[in-house]
This record gives sequence, structure tokens and C-alpha cells, in this order.
Amino acid sequence: MDLQEYIELVFTDYTLRTITLGTAVLGAICGMLGSFAVLRKQSLLGDAISHAALPGIAIAFLIIETKNSSIFLLGALISGLIGTFWIRGITRKTHLKSDTALGLILSLFFGFGMLLLTYIQKMPNANQAGLESYLFGQAATLLESDVWLMVIVTGISLVILLLFWKELKILLFDADYTKTLGFNTKFLDILITSFIVVAIVLGLQTVGVVLMSAMLLAPAAAARQWTNNLAVMVILAAIFGAFSGIFGTAISASQNNLSTGPVIVLVAGVFVLFSFIFSPGRGLLFREIRFRKNRNDLQLHKTLSFMYNIAKTHEDISHPHAIRILNNFQGFTRKSLQKLENKDYVKIEGSMWSMTKEGYHTAANLYDQLIKEEDE
Amino acid sequence: MSKKIAVQIDDLTVAYNYKPVLWDIDLAIPEGVLMAIVGPNGAGKSTLIKSILDIIKPIAGSVQIYGKPYKKQRSLVAYVPQKGSVDWDFPTTALDVVMMGTYGSLGWIKRPGQKQKKAALEALEKVGMLAFKNRQISQLSGGQQQRIFLARALVQNASIYFMDEPFQGVDATTEKAIINILKELRKSGKTVIVVHHDLQTVPEYFDWVTFLNVKKIATGPVKDIFNDDNLTKTYGINYKVAVSQ
Repeated sequence: MDLQEYIELVFTDYTLRTITLGTAVLGAICGMLGSFAVLRKQSLLGDAISHAALPGIAIAFLIIETKNSSIFLLGALISGLIGTFWIRGITRKTHLKSDTALGLILSLFFGFGMLLLTYIQKMPNANQAGLESYLFGQAATLLESDVWLMVIVTGISLVILLLFWKELKILLFDADYTKTLGFNTKFLDILITSFIVVAIVLGLQTVGVVLMSAMLLAPAAAARQWTNNLAVMVILAAIFGAFSGIFGTAISASQNNLSTGPVIVLVAGVFVLFSFIFSPGRGLLFREIRFRKNRNDLQLHKTLSFMYNIAKTHEDISHPHAIRILNNFQGFTRKSLQKLENKDYVKIEGSMWSMTKEGYHTAANLYDQLIKEEDE
Repeated sequence: MSKKIAVQIDDLTVAYNYKPVLWDIDLAIPEGVLMAIVGPNGAGKSTLIKSILDIIKPIAGSVQIYGKPYKKQRSLVAYVPQKGSVDWDFPTTALDVVMMGTYGSLGWIKRPGQKQKKAALEALEKVGMLAFKNRQISQLSGGQQQRIFLARALVQNASIYFMDEPFQGVDATTEKAIINILKELRKSGKTVIVVHHDLQTVPEYFDWVTFLNVKKIATGPVKDIFNDDNLTKTYGINYKVAVSQ
């Protein structure tokens, strides 16, 4: 199936439409809620929770002995939450730092989950087939009811987000201060953590436990590059997430049998890469360009002010001087002299240069100008 | 002394793990003083403020603000945390941070409106930062960030101000600007409590001082108790080296 065929199919084919819609909504909610994880500096918590969800899924299967994605999600939710509380407990009760606690819980739970999975594989029961798809997700298993669940959860999260926007914002910025204002920071913290857990659990079926945290973090990290406004960041992250879902599904569906989850994550990764390089304020490219331009400008200005200091010792400011005397000045090159001439700051005749009125005036006010620019 | 007591601390003891950080602190801070809390590193100065404000849970002791427990008097108290305690790359503007000072009086869910914005702009003006109101906070200098924090506390219009090292990493001009604002606060009857590091400026800036080194060493008017005896008790015999630095 090529891309054009795919686009036609999205609007006609029920399954494809469901998957596309599902991954788009999932991407949006993950981006939205992931922004809070990133700003609360709990990026790794997402990874730990998603890995911790695996044994929950396996145990849920062992109990009901049949495949039921809602029950699995419940299992994932419970074991994800247990993992979260253990992480908090470890950091609070021992001397271990949070990265150690996260790593520990992540691998322990994941290991236990894998153990259960292999045990289940060997069970004399035909129902277990496909359970391992929770590792890397399988978007093809999405049903319309799953999509509806996602839409409802997204709606509820959005309402809570809008309701407690001010409280969440201040908690993210300055938790201690928030407490002194009389807000229950524990409640807000639990709210944010629940956001993270909910987003992860929703995405497990589609993206899988291993890659889920990328869904949460990548759109938010990309969005942060484009704006200095929290609201805009959350909206952008939702948009990036949604498009990661849509593009990812399109690519995986049009290229036979490419697993959807990894492709979605890779598309989200492309968003991040693009943002890191090309965003105007914080991107590497524009920073480098600004950096070089500033350096060149400063070098040019220094040369100009050096010439100014020579010129002002003469009554006639346009009195010609030998280019040779500039050679003592570090930062001077033929090229910079050429640039100054192009700007009509100096005139060059043979081996002599002279300052123009404009150049003299500019040089006299150079420092003041630089200061002014900075203040603007 | 007929002055009212703004902050009354009794038997306050705080410990991280096993070692006490604050030991049995009794302290009465009279209304309307500009007080420095001084002491060496690890003396528990920040911890004292944080446990008064219930950010850290003490093992024992009580804190009363104008005769009532702190939790009932939150609206009378404003806090300026250490500048380094937050991430200044957070996506927000100077005005937005100052607006946060109004959140406490707004309470849950209610959004700040024109009235809150006006108060925030006034506070920004007071600290000389009005021109920077729309600046992203990471693009402010250390001194400007400190002023923003101060403005955020001013917006709260509290009676008691707790400040954790407001002069840390600011230049001389900002330090003067901040101390002038603090003195103005005192003039209008507010109580200001400042964790302070520079012993040399204590007599110039403050009228009240508390010496702290896990235990309370002394507290009272600067002119009466800011002397060699108390400094030595607090900092040890080498305190003069610290002062001359």
C-alpha cells in the first residue's frame, strides 16, 4: 500500500480510521500530560511506571485467564502505582537518590513482568497469544471502544488541567512557595503523578511498555523549544504528539508490517531533532548563527573604533592613513576592512584609508548603541 | 519592651536523619523589626525559616504568628525562597511569576484578573523591574531574578516577610535597592526576617539580630548584642577571618 492509497483508506477503512484516530488522541494526551512530567523533572518516572506496569498486565491475565484489554489496563494501573509508591518510599526512607530508586524499580518490575510472561507462554492455554505485544505495543488491536476511552480520559484530564491550571503552574515552578500560600501540594503532586500514570496506561496497548515514556517526553521536549509560555507549550506538545501518532500510523501502514509503536516514537523523535536544531529562540542552528554574527559584528566594531581613535587625533576626520598601521590591531583583516567600506564607514584608496563622516559618527556612539540594544 | 510579638517559636527541634539541625529553639520576634539571622554554614538558618513556614516538619516545637498557629495565619506571612531553589528556565515571564504572589489570596481554582495584574505591576514598579515585565525569566540577571522574587512577596501584602539570602549573588546596586525596600517595609510596621551572610553589613542594614548555630546563641537589638562575644560563640574563634573576607 503506498501513501496515496493510505490517505484514501483512512477515510473509508474502519480499522485504519480507528487506529489513526486512536494514535492521534493518544499522542495528544501524552504530549499534554507529558509537559507536566518534563517540567516537574519527573521524566524518568514515566519510564519507571511504564515498565512497572508489565507485571500488572501479566498478573491480570493469570487471574482472568483470557484477554481483556480493560482488565489489563487495570492491572497495569495498579502495578504502575505500586511501583510509583515504592520509588517515592525508597527516596524518602533511604539515602538512595531518585535515579537509583527509579532504575531499581524499573528493572525489578520489568524483570518480574518478563518472568511472568515467559511462564504464561508455557501455559497450556491458547489465550495467551499476543500478550507479548504489550512489550512494544500493537496499534492494530485498537478498537473503537478503546478510542472512546482515550477521548473520555483526554476530556476529563483537560477539564482538571484547566480547573487547576494556576495551581499546577505554581507547583511546577516553586513547590515550597506554593505550600506557604496554603495550597495542598501533596494533592497537586498526586494529581500530576496520576496524570503521568493515566497517560502511560492508556498508551501501553498501542506503544508498549518499553517505548511508552518516549511518547510522554518527546512531544513536550520538542514543544519547549518553540515557546516560553506554559500554555502554548502544552498545546504545542499535544499537537506534536497527535501528528506523531498520525504520521507514525501512516508510515507503518503504508510500509508493510512496520510495527506502529516504534514508528510513532521515531516520528516523535524527528520532531524533537527538528526542534532542537531549527527552533528560532533555543535551536542550535539559530544560536550558532547569532553567535557568529555577534562575534563578527563585534570584531568589525572593534576595528572601527580602533580606526576612530586614530582618526580623531586629526583635525580633519577624513585624513587618509596607511592601511599598514592597522596590522598591529588584532582582529583586523582585509575582509573586515572591505566590509567597513561596503557600509560606507571608510574609504579606501590604494594603500590608504580614511574615515567617512558616517563612520566617524557610528564609531563615536558605538558603545552606547550596544548598551541600548541590550536593554531593548 | 511593650512591643507585640509577631513570631513566637517554642522548643523548635528539627532533624534530618539522626543529627539535629535545630535544637530546642525558643525565639520571640517583636513586631516591626528588620532582623538578620546569622550563623555559619549548616547552622540551620534556612531550616529555621522553612520549619516556621511548615515546609519542613519539625520533630517538636510550636510556631505562633501573632498568637495563633501558623496554619491559621498564612495570609499574614510572605516568603522569599533562595533564588537557586527554582528552575529559572521555566517557561514563564517576570510578570507571571509576580502574579503568583496573588494566588494565595485567590485560593483554589479562581483565576487572577485585572485587580491581581495591577497589584503585580505595582510590585514590579517598586522593585524597578517594570520594564522587564514580559521578559522570559531565564533572560534576567541574578539580581533581577532576586528582585522578581521580592516583588512576588510584596504582592502578598503580608505583615511578616521571611527571606532566605536575598543578597546572594546580587551586585551592590541591587543589594542597596533591596535593603531600601526592606527598610521601607519596616517603616510601614511590617516585620522582616532575613537569612544573612555578610556580617559586616549587619549593623548598617538591620536593627535586630539572631545568632544561630543549631542552638540559638542570642537574639536582640543589634546595638546591644552584636559583639565579639556572641560572634565568637556562634562562629568560633576564627570568626574575624570570616568578617575580613
